[in-house]
Order: sequence, then C-alpha cells, then structure tokens
Amino acid sequence: MNNAQLRDEVIRISGVNPSKCMGCGKCSATCPAYDEMEFHPHQFVSMIKNGDLAPLLKSDSLFRCLSCFACVERCPRGVEPAKLIEAVRLQVIREKGANHLKPESVPAMVDEDLPGQLLVTAFRKYAK
Amino acid sequence: MQRIGVFVCWCGSNIAGTVDVKAVAEALSHEPGVVFSTDYQYMCSQAGQDMIKASVAEHHLTGIVVCSCSPRMHEATFRKTATAAGLNPYMVEIANIREQCSWVHKDMPIGTEKAIILGKAAVAKVHLNAPLTPGESPVTKRALVIGGGIAGIQTALDIADAGFKVDIVEKKPTIGGKMAQLDKTFPTLDCAACILTPKMVDVAQHENVRIFSYSEVSEVKGFVGNFDVTIKKHARFVKEDLCTGCGACVDKCPMKKVPNEFNLGMDNRPAIYIPFAQAVPKVATIDPAHCNMLKNGKCGLCARVCTAGAIDYTQQDEYVQEKYGAIVVATGFNPISMDKFDEFAYNQSKDVITSLEFERLTNAAGPTAGKLLRPSDGAHPHTLVFVQCVGSRCTACAEKGKEYCSKICCMYTAKHAMLVRDKYPDVDVYVFYIDVRTPGKNFDEFYRRAVEEYGVKYIKGTVGKVVPENGVLKVQASDLLNNKQLHIDADMVVLAAAIEPDRSARPLATMLTASMDTNDFFTEAHPKLRPVESPTAGVFLSGACQGPKDIPETVSQAGAAASKVIGLLAKDKLMGNPCVASSNEAMCNGCSSCANVCPYGAITYEDKEFRMPDRTVALRRVAKVNPAVCQGCGCCTVACPSGAMDLNGFKNDQILAEVDAICK
Repeated sequence: MNNAQLRDEVIRISGVNPSKCMGCGKCSATCPAYDEMEFHPHQFVSMIKNGDLAPLLKSDSLFRCLSCFACVERCPRGVEPAKLIEAVRLQVIREKGANHLKPESVPAMVDEDLPGQLLVTAFRKYAK
Repeated sequence: MQRIGVFVCWCGSNIAGTVDVKAVAEALSHEPGVVFSTDYQYMCSQAGQDMIKASVAEHHLTGIVVCSCSPRMHEATFRKTATAAGLNPYMVEIANIREQCSWVHKDMPIGTEKAIILGKAAVAKVHLNAPLTPGESPVTKRALVIGGGIAGIQTALDIADAGFKVDIVEKKPTIGGKMAQLDKTFPTLDCAACILTPKMVDVAQHENVRIFSYSEVSEVKGFVGNFDVTIKKHARFVKEDLCTGCGACVDKCPMKKVPNEFNLGMDNRPAIYIPFAQAVPKVATIDPAHCNMLKNGKCGLCARVCTAGAIDYTQQDEYVQEKYGAIVVATGFNPISMDKFDEFAYNQSKDVITSLEFERLTNAAGPTAGKLLRPSDGAHPHTLVFVQCVGSRCTACAEKGKEYCSKICCMYTAKHAMLVRDKYPDVDVYVFYIDVRTPGKNFDEFYRRAVEEYGVKYIKGTVGKVVPENGVLKVQASDLLNNKQLHIDADMVVLAAAIEPDRSARPLATMLTASMDTNDFFTEAHPKLRPVESPTAGVFLSGACQGPKDIPETVSQAGAAASKVIGLLAKDKLMGNPCVASSNEAMCNGCSSCANVCPYGAITYEDKEFRMPDRTVALRRVAKVNPAVCQGCGCCTVACPSGAMDLNGFKNDQILAEVDAICK
C-alpha cells in the first residue's frame, strides 16, 4: 500500500475523519502517556490527515498509547484520536500476519511497565 | 382571454450563458394568449423596464410574464413597472430561470428546455390571475425595546431622539445589562461604567422613553404597525415612585447572606437590594425568596427605616397593556454553564473562574474593590492561566459546548492579561489559545501589545486538565509550537466561557413568531442585506441576540435597528399584502382545521345565517380571515378538508394550472 491508500485504510478502519481536527492540541494536553511518546496524539491526527504514515508505522509511540480514551472524551471536535492510533496499530499487526493473542500466551508477554489497560484493549480487539 | 407579453431576460451571461434566451422567447410566443414575446440583456434596467411599458401600450397587454431571476430579487421591480404601465401589479408573474435554472444547470439544451417549461407554467398562471388591491393599516407610533443592555439602551435612545415614544422592558431590577458588569473595554481600555452609566441616565431622563424594569413581555398579539403587548411587572415590594434610592433599607436588612448575582455570587447582598450604585431606576427591590417578612411575616425592618414610606409587602405582579408599531429584540447573551467541563475543575475549586467573574474581580466596584485576590484564601496570586475557547468551536457534544466562535473572548482575554500585568508586573500570565482572532479596528495591535509590551505568555495549545492539589492548581497543557506538554502550578485559572443567547429568547421568539437558528440566535431577514430585521415584519434585532458581538458592533447594530424602526414609525399607513387567505363561506364546514394550523392567529369563527335551498334559514359556523394579520403562508389552504380556504394570488386552480403546464 502507498501512503494515500494506507491513509484511506486507517480512516476506514477507525471511522474517524481527521479533517475535523482544528489543531487545538487538547488531545496532547490531556494525554497521560505524552512523555513516553515520540509522536504525540495531535501529531498522529495531523500525520494521518496528511498521509505521512511511514514514521508512525515504525514508531514505538503506537504501543505507548494507553487507550485510556481521555483524548476521545475531551476533543472538542469529536475527532477521536485514540481510535486513529488504534487503527494504525491494527494496520501494523495485520501486516505482520495473523497473530491473534491466546490468553495462555499473555503472562509471558506482560511487561511491568506496560499498563494493564492496553492488554484489555488488545483483548477487546483481537481475542475473538 | 388575457393578452400576455413575455419578457425573457439574459441577466448578462448569468442566464444567457446556459439558456438559449431567443429560443425561450420564440417557444413561449406560441403559447395561448401570448401576443408578444421578446428577450433583452438586462430586463431590470431602465431601458428594459421602458420596453415593458411600451409593449403594454402597443399590444394592449393585460398580463406580463418575466422570465428572469428569483421573484425575491425583482418581483417588486416589475410590479412597479406594471403599475406605471397602467396594469394591476398582481398581473405580473416571474418565471425564475436564473436561481432555479441557469445557475443549477451546466448544459445549454437542458437549461433551455427547463426555462421554456417554467415560462409555460407562468403563462398558464397569468391566465387565472385577477387584479388584487392591498389593504391599508394604521401605524401605532410607539416602539417596544425588549432588553435594557447597551443594545436596548442605544436603540431606545436613537428612536426617542427621532421624536418617537419608546418603552424598554428589562427583566432585571436595573437596566445596564452585561456592560454594567464589565471593568475596562477593549481596545481602548476606557472604563465600561464611565461610558455606559451616562447613557443609562440619558435614557431614563428622556421624555420619550419609559422604562419597565423588573418586567417581562408576557403576550404579543397583532402585526406590524399594530402589536398588542402585555407586559408583566414583577412585584418588587417597593413603590417605584416613592423610593428615593437612599439605601437605608439595604443597610438595615438583617438577611445579608444572599448570593449577589451582580457579582456572580462572589459576595453577598441583603434580601432588599439595589444591584449597583448607578442602577437605573435607582430603586430598591425585595427578593421574596429570602425576605423574612415575605416568607413568614417576621421582620419589617425595612418598612420601619424607610422615611419615604415606599415599602409595600402586599404588592402584586401587575399587567400593563400597550400598543406598539414596532418591536426591537435586544435580549443579549450569557456565558454558558461550566458544569460539564469537569476537566477544568470549575466546580471543585473557587480559584477556577470564568472571564465574566474575572471582570467583577478586577472591577473597582467589585467584591475585592478591584484587587486581584485569589478567591479561595484572598492571597495575592503569582501565576494566572487563561484558557481560550472553553465551549466555543465545540462540535463534539451539543450539551457541553457550542459549535460557533464566541467572537469576543480573544479580545477580552488579551485585555484581562494586559490589566493583570499592568497592575501586578510580578504575576506570570499564560494564555492558551487555538487561534487568536482579532478582526476589528485596532484589535490585532491591542493583542500584540499584550504580548510585546506587557510580556503575556501566549502559548498555542490548550489546557487538558486542571487538578486542585495542596492549594495550587496543577495545570497540564500542550505547547504545540514547541511540541511539549507543560505542567504549570497556577494560583488561578480563568476560563473564556462560550456565550449563548439569553434563555428568555426562545419563548419570546415563539410569542413574536420570529425565527431562530439552531443555537437560539434570532435569524435576520437577510444575512448581508437585511441584518437588523427579523423575517417577521415589524420585529427588529439589536445586539447579541442575533449573534455574538462586541460593544462597538452592538452599538452600530442598535443604531441600524433604530433607523429601521424610525423608517416604519414615520409612515402613517402601511400597505398590506393582498396575497392573503380567504374562505368560501358556502363551502366552509366550520371544522377549525385552518384556525388550528394558522401560526399568526389570523382566523376566527363566526356564526352566520345562510338561506338554504328550501327557503329555510340555517345558522352555520364559518371561518373568517383577518387580512391584516394573515401573512399569506398558505397553511390553512392545505389543512382545509373541504377546499373552502384559498390563497389570493396563489389559488388552488392557479397552482394546478402551473402543474398542468409543467407536466403537459
């Protein structure tokens, strides 16, 4: 997929329209994982809007998002940045091939620094 | 048989670019009754109108069809032309071949075909047109201004200065509105009270102005030039004509713990109160919810200390009936509630305040006598954070915010920040902004002065959350230009709350049958060309009830609304619209369907005697339309089950003839 196709796919999966963003930065202001991230929530939205996805796909920031949805809750334009981030994350995982999580494989993967909420989100998404 | 002339306009290339106007004129010349058909570059020009007049005389025309722009644009023009040519103006029909044809089609054959069909429909209608004569109604030479803020005051003053009587109805005990609560005004920093209170005095002393304070409009009937309005004067338990405003009662009242709404609840007032020193009228008002005498008959101190004998615990609400020729709505605005903005901790900390509360805090007549003191403990603050766009430009949740820009916040925040830095150079001031919007004379220069001369720290980004912790406010925010998340320990946070129309506006709009937008701002008759008139005839708009506005804009609009009112009141008689409903009594069965749907209350019923075929006399209930009140909307003609109700100028058979011509 080229950048434009990738952008359209992320927008399709997430159901989010990044063009609604007015650039207020409330997502990044509210984000509890801000300091852990190379790219911050408002940058995610802007990069996806511009089709500049290659750096995002490689970035560890994808997995630093706690999926706490504070940005979704507080965004005044209803952009839902966490859903966009999740769609990019999903894209990365899909490209790796089918690797749905099995519950018994999880304990070995648990990282002390990794918030539990991320695991919950992952289960919600993949453990079907 | 009518003798019809068809006039096809090119409108330069607006119509001729997509419609073959010569082909339209040629096709319509073969329609029955058409004795003359032509095209011209600009039919509305003097030359075009002269051609129409000459053709009427030459071909003895009895009806005219103009194929041109929307009737909203030039129907009045061509009706005048017809009148000048000796025809009844209602013998003119417009076929809209611009907005509804050439502007929406790109293809010449399609556009031409449609223009011909629209022309045929107009011709078919003219065959059934009948001359109509408008009725006349007198004009009551008195205006009503609803709302006594700067918008209402200015409108009333301008109307009164032109020599017409004006009444102001204000629901609060004093006029002055929001401007009376402000400290300084941008971009010149002159004090709001210093420029407002002289106007309050002027309006109160004007021989043509009456002020109904502590009053509300409770009913509106009638129509342009002839409104019948009922004004409810709330009982203030003080005789307005006797009270001298000395304040002895206010000093002696033992019930001193009532939140003071003028200071937005930041201090207290007694149960009997005068909102502020320069209140107009300067008359005390008893708050019945907190007065011991009114609640349980135990006190009466104010009556004992009043040397004027003005206190009257038995006073009742009073209703005043008055007639008006014009009504101006000036109901103003309020900041929205901050209850849904938990992230800013407004309800958790006294040190998080709105900008209007900040106005009172920095005002010399406010609760702190103008000293900047932290509300929670009265200490001198060292760090202030201003947050812009709180609830403005918010599309995520209609319960929380408003999708529009509140327009005034960028400027008043720059003013607040500047005032703080001017009085207290030791205080750090941060302003978090999304955009700084400063379109206005000397506005951007003002904002830049805040940054460049006063050292206010403007940061592009927004505050994400405020957490009160150990006596400070932990502010977490984004700095987008530096791509950083900031953590600031602030002493106070000031929220630039979005503004919304006053709650009284919606029920008032219903009473006036004036239209509103989805945000409850009154709609203007035309957003560019008729900005101070409501689409409802005789109702005018002044100030923030029409949209967010600053003081200079409000005053301009107030003057514009006044000039429209003066133009109306200067007339002795108003020509009515003859295109009104009328009922065929022989067919009416008195079912009330029409009266139930009429939005203007124009239909009444009467019992009338009818001679029956067998020579008996029967009493029947039939509908009657008041043509002065009817606005010609046509709802009743649709509702009437027996087909008795018809609309002059748009009769059912005329509409059907048009449909037939289109479908043929």
